[in-house]
Amino acid sequence: MNETDEPERRHFLLKMVNALGYGAFGAIAWSAYLSQAQANKLVLRPPGALNEKDFVSTCIRCGMCVEACPYDALELATISDQISIGTPYFTPRVQACQMCPDIPCASICPSKSLDLDLLRVDDELSIDNARMGLATINTETCLAYLGLQCTMCIRACPLADTAIVLTNERNPRTDMHAFLKPVVDPDFCTGCGMCERACPTEIASIHVLPLSVSSGDVGSHYIVGWEEDDEKRINQRSGDVILDRTKRNQKSALDNVNDVDGILKGLYDD
Amino acid sequence: MTRFLYKQRFLLARRVVQVLLMTAYFGANAYGWQIVVGNFSSARYFGLIPLSDPYATLQSFFAGAVIATDMLMGVAVVLFFYAIIGGRFFCSWVCPVNMITDGAAWLREKLHLDERSSGPVLSRHIRYWIIALSLLLSYLFSVAAFEMISPIAITHRGIIFGFGFGWVFLVAIFLFDLFSQRHGWCGHLCPLGGFNAIVGKYSIIKVVHDKDRCINAQACLKACPEEQVLDMVGKESRPVTQIECVKCGRCVEACDSQALSFSIVSIAEQMRGRA
Ligand code: SF4
Ligand code: SF4
Ligand code: SF4
Ligand code: SF4
Ligand code: SF4
Repeated sequence: MNETDEPERRHFLLKMVNALGYGAFGAIAWSAYLSQAQANKLVLRPPGALNEKDFVSTCIRCGMCVEACPYDALELATISDQISIGTPYFTPRVQACQMCPDIPCASICPSKSLDLDLLRVDDELSIDNARMGLATINTETCLAYLGLQCTMCIRACPLADTAIVLTNERNPRTDMHAFLKPVVDPDFCTGCGMCERACPTEIASIHVLPLSVSSGDVGSHYIVGWEEDDEKRINQRSGDVILDRTKRNQKSALDNVNDVDGILKGLYDD
Repeated sequence: MTRFLYKQRFLLARRVVQVLLMTAYFGANAYGWQIVVGNFSSARYFGLIPLSDPYATLQSFFAGAVIATDMLMGVAVVLFFYAIIGGRFFCSWVCPVNMITDGAAWLREKLHLDERSSGPVLSRHIRYWIIALSLLLSYLFSVAAFEMISPIAITHRGIIFGFGFGWVFLVAIFLFDLFSQRHGWCGHLCPLGGFNAIVGKYSIIKVVHDKDRCINAQACLKACPEEQVLDMVGKESRPVTQIECVKCGRCVEACDSQALSFSIVSIAEQMRGRA
């Protein structure tokens, strides 16, 4: 390298470093936005939506589902909504999903982020298989739990007596009235939100939350001894779990529970 | 008057196409018109023909999405058009942001800002780096990275479905183009424009220069938003083969000696023209 090249080389290097700085700044700002912009766990998606992570990566944000919905239940998120931008969602208090039997929203979705196959059970397509969320009741504010006769939610529910059932309970306050308490059955609730929309309390006392938030999960480390199949899982445990036999759990759990004498005896022996 | 209109013929045609398209999409959502549903990310014409943005779909793919058949068909249709007429046709004839950036460029011209500015001079290649970065970030964050911030998507979605706070992006681009960098967004940064440019490399509709008619007035260079593509003007007769040409026709309008025109150039001829 001769000396006349030197300033030019310097200039080039300087430009490279310059670009690197701008590039890093841009890439970091962009990444920061991306990692923030998808954090919302409480968003309700149209029927047949993939799980939230796959939904956000698959939805092309075309809005065809929004246009297809005859009840204008769906909206596309804007940058102000703190929902992954451009994706469809609904807000039950504004408009619930009306459970169209022909499911126009999922039928038109080009990206299959709303997947009709997820609405099929035993090859039968039905909107009742949708699991948009699960209704949860705040028993402190629900009018029925306070003792009034409300029944608004159950009357709004398209699967009344299945997804919500009314239970009768004596009301000890008067001793002559009954509580008519709504109870949601997670096996059938579709998360359509009609109950939430209908609830007359100031802030809805029945509230649809996405399944990832509202449905519990026992975890595989609990084994219920009163179901034979479940108890068999002990034998299928993975390698590093050590199963200790003590004097008390020598018998199967079921036998053990039934063995009242044994339990009493054990209590005194230890 | 007719001469004035003639001098603006491509501009007027472009605005008519841009506005009519946007109206058709808007009307579909607002009034249930049956021409087209969706937006520029993905759409369906007459309930039949699917269209999907290849760049957005590619990002989705990098984000880990399983690309549905409908999407692939839509991408194929769009790629077919881009390959034939040129990907950046989208920029000057369809993209709604083009009206904003053209507006900024026009105002910049009127205010003589170019003569006065010594602002930063960006490289025209940044857009290609942004494409690469967008694919990397799509992969890392499992979401179509550019679609999350795309002012183009924010605009067409905004017009069809409502803006929210998204309009600030457009103001930002307008101000950037007006004060900081001539043709800053569309001519330097926008990865969608860059992607479409690459895809339409061998499109057969090209601007062709006729050196024998050229009187070296340089009006074309002044009008062109990507003036580097007109490097042959006054030197040799050949088509504009550089991919960044947006096919806006501003050079054709600007040239009073008819030294530039649109014409169909086969791929073989393009290869020769390059040599
Ligand atoms: S099922 Fe009907 S009401 Fe519910 S989101 Fe889809 S189109 Fe709208
Ligand atoms: S139709 Fe599908 S891809 Fe389009 S916005 Fe709705 S969910 Fe997303
Ligand atoms: S969300 Fe409410 S109305 Fe809808 S199915 Fe569940 S309980 Fe019924
Ligand atoms: S460069 Fe980008 S913003 Fe500009 S017209 Fe083309 S697609 Fe639209
Ligand atoms: S060469 Fe002509 S058609 Fe192409 S971008 Fe420039 S002015 Fe527009």
